[in-house]
Amino acid sequence: MAIEFELNGENVSLDVDPAMPLLWAIRDIAGLTGTKFGCGKALCGACTVHLNGQPMRSCSAPASVAAGGKVTTIEGLSAAGDHPVQVAWRELNVAQCGYCQSGQIMSAAALLEQKPNPSDDDIDAAMSGNICRCGTYTRIRKAIHRAAEDQS
Amino acid sequence: MSELKKISRREFMQRTGQAGGGLVFALTFASACSPAEQAIAPIAKASASVAPNVYVNIGNNGIVQIYCHRSEMGQGIRTSLPQVIADELEADWDKIEVIQAVGHEKYGDQNTDGSTSIRRHFDLLRNAGATARDMMIAAAASMWAVPASECVAREHAVHHAASDRSAGYGDLVDTAVGMPQPESAEFKARENYRYIGKPMDTIDGMAFTTGGGMYGIDTALPDMLYASIERCPAFGGSVVSFDGEAARQVTGVVDVFKMPEPTVPAVFNIQGGVAVLANNTWSAAEGRKALSVEWDRGENADYQSEAYKESLIASASAPGTAVLTRGDADIESSSTHEAIYYAPHLSQAPMEPPAATARINEDGSCEVWACTQDPQTARNTVAATLGLEKEQVTINVTLLGGGFGRKSKPDFIAEAAWLARASGRPVKVTWSREDDIRHGYLHSVSAQYFRAGVDDDGNTTSWLQRSSFPSIFSTFSPDVNGPSSFELDLGLVDNPYDVPNMRIETCDAKAHLRIGWLRSVCNVFHAFGSSGFVDELAHAKGKDPKEHLLEMIGPARKIDPADDGGKYTNYGQELAQHPIDTGRLSAVVEKVAELASWGRELPDGHGLGIAVHRSFLAYVGVVAEVSVDENGKLRVHELWTVIDAGTVINPDRVTAQMEGAGIFGMSLALHGEITAKDGAVVQGNFDTYPMTRINEAPTEIHCHIMESDAPPGGVGEPGVPPVAPAIVNAYFAATGKRIRELPLRRAGLA
Repeated sequence: MAIEFELNGENVSLDVDPAMPLLWAIRDIAGLTGTKFGCGKALCGACTVHLNGQPMRSCSAPASVAAGGKVTTIEGLSAAGDHPVQVAWRELNVAQCGYCQSGQIMSAAALLEQKPNPSDDDIDAAMSGNICRCGTYTRIRKAIHRAAEDQS
Repeated sequence: MSELKKISRREFMQRTGQAGGGLVFALTFASACSPAEQAIAPIAKASASVAPNVYVNIGNNGIVQIYCHRSEMGQGIRTSLPQVIADELEADWDKIEVIQAVGHEKYGDQNTDGSTSIRRHFDLLRNAGATARDMMIAAAASMWAVPASECVAREHAVHHAASDRSAGYGDLVDTAVGMPQPESAEFKARENYRYIGKPMDTIDGMAFTTGGGMYGIDTALPDMLYASIERCPAFGGSVVSFDGEAARQVTGVVDVFKMPEPTVPAVFNIQGGVAVLANNTWSAAEGRKALSVEWDRGENADYQSEAYKESLIASASAPGTAVLTRGDADIESSSTHEAIYYAPHLSQAPMEPPAATARINEDGSCEVWACTQDPQTARNTVAATLGLEKEQVTINVTLLGGGFGRKSKPDFIAEAAWLARASGRPVKVTWSREDDIRHGYLHSVSAQYFRAGVDDDGNTTSWLQRSSFPSIFSTFSPDVNGPSSFELDLGLVDNPYDVPNMRIETCDAKAHLRIGWLRSVCNVFHAFGSSGFVDELAHAKGKDPKEHLLEMIGPARKIDPADDGGKYTNYGQELAQHPIDTGRLSAVVEKVAELASWGRELPDGHGLGIAVHRSFLAYVGVVAEVSVDENGKLRVHELWTVIDAGTVINPDRVTAQMEGAGIFGMSLALHGEITAKDGAVVQGNFDTYPMTRINEAPTEIHCHIMESDAPPGGVGEPGVPPVAPAIVNAYFAATGKRIRELPLRRAGLA
């Protein structure tokens, strides 16, 4: 059956089992691979996307949750990779292997929507669901502060 | 409302298979580029090019392609390798393009582990750039009919001052084509470096921040199937029988295959199991849940970690085989101190689990796209699995979503290749997180026994250390029953302490899981034990731990373990070039203590701990500041790190590796533990195998890089070993309680 929703600003109809996790619908069916698989159990945040502006772990939500909604993935966060969070990430060379960073950036962007000027504690609370095995956390904190400054 | 875009899987696959398919094609093109295309790599918009060597290809449009033959897994090699070549080549940074090399012996060693990419290849890379530069100079000299010695290369062009002429590299290509390829050239003087030693931005920064990076898990080929494999819970077990009918009924499932049985020794071979192939990743996983498999759990079915721990400690507590002897470690002393240190199995758990895609071409050849640290071993393994010549196998190397040693082992790539042939369609194998943690190549469990004699003046007069752990070598050779020689190089026989009587022994330990290497390998537990025990001695003697550490290291000297009968291979490099230099070790201790303001007054309940360790030819010192919070949990407030890695290429990436090593070290110190029950790994995901998250991360991880013109040492691994002992030592300073077992979670501290 087909699930219709807005994916990165485009209306799409995905022919998937509604129980298929949104992550795999995005990756395997829609072919957008920027959203990553890390755990399959909402434990690591690599699969974070926005559903109607809210961050969600797409690995653990059925594709049906997206029906009629708006899904934004890393590919749709900005037109030219110039969202303040993306820019700050590059300015501070946050990424090491880069794999978890789509999820980190989506979580960070959602945080800044909620709290334009977050404290370190706010950052830790909002970002603790995103694991980075390379260990880029101290740069992530700095980059979120940088992005907050840049967008204010 | 815009037009409704209907995407079925079929349409998606069709679009990926044709040029100009838009977004999807753009995302898959890089990894779907054929080997032939990659090998000759016509430069975009260049109508001719010249390749002075396998690492450099210069187009007549002025673009210099640099082939990165090492795998990118977060260490930044796709930035630092081109820095070296471009520097010697006098190329402009904005006119280079980095191409990821396929697995091929023409590139030399491609095995991206052991922190070797720079330390073993610096001269090779400099030579690649310098010979290309000289070829451009020779072309200009020929074109202008002037002596090459009158020409200089600078800023992507060759200049002849006497005639005031200049020619850009692109303009020299036509002349250079057919000219001899220089084999060697003079290297630049250090003071003339343009990129080496500079914090260049990561060249993949845009890909990393926009979802454009292509990892092993991201490959999509036309007509591709997705595989999920159920493996025997106990290592080495096999399938007795299975029923795949229910799995076949699951929507999207296409086929079910019994995999080849595991081999003894395991090496990098497929380890058996039953594979479900489907039209998408989720259907394959759903089908797998519907499998019914009866296992023969094999000879490790009775392996219990708790019981094994006792036997490992017993093994380390009894005399073993001496591997280094200096004086008489059994001499009488005024006081004797003993301790047992224990650390468990660990899983590398890179954020991207093992994933590989393979296609069998019409001519029977096999093409692979994989996140591999070692594409040549992958190539050989696939060839052996399929009965092909290696020339019939192409390994395209994707980005790696972390490696940490796991992706040196191409078993998952062999699985994809075997399934592609069995099914007759391209196949992508994706390991789940549980597959990764339960069926990997685990970092070894270890027990160490220490005994030190101390005289009335507080001098350590004797040192006995026994190390017992199942060997990595057990994965490659049957009947291995204890540590192998190369593992003793890793922080054991290279003991730096200035103790007149020393004996180091190894003790038996049989492997019951598939053992492999994890970032820093045996240095992790050897540094934990020896740096913890030295700290114990400091407190027993009533000395300041930092001053005592310097005392233990003793005067500046160069150590050769062979002087005391130790076999030592120094990470494959000459001791003359890369000595065990206690002067550099002490300098790192002094510097890190200075940065952390060692000896300062601390807030109530805080403690500072220090540790230092040489590994992979680099010296790293770490100071940790910790406290215990109101819930009894350990808090690491700040880490100070100092690295002396000799000449460094990209200080920002070195700093990043040290920051990452701090977090990796915290994960293994606080959380990491793999155990087995009835032969099966108990942990499965990040809930049961937790790792350090941002809310536990220190407020700052400081890094200082020692100025040095020594040859480059390793960077990716040396930062990890001192972290856990620095934390444990800091915990003692804060609380008076000594921890000799990892992870600290076991003591309720995390």
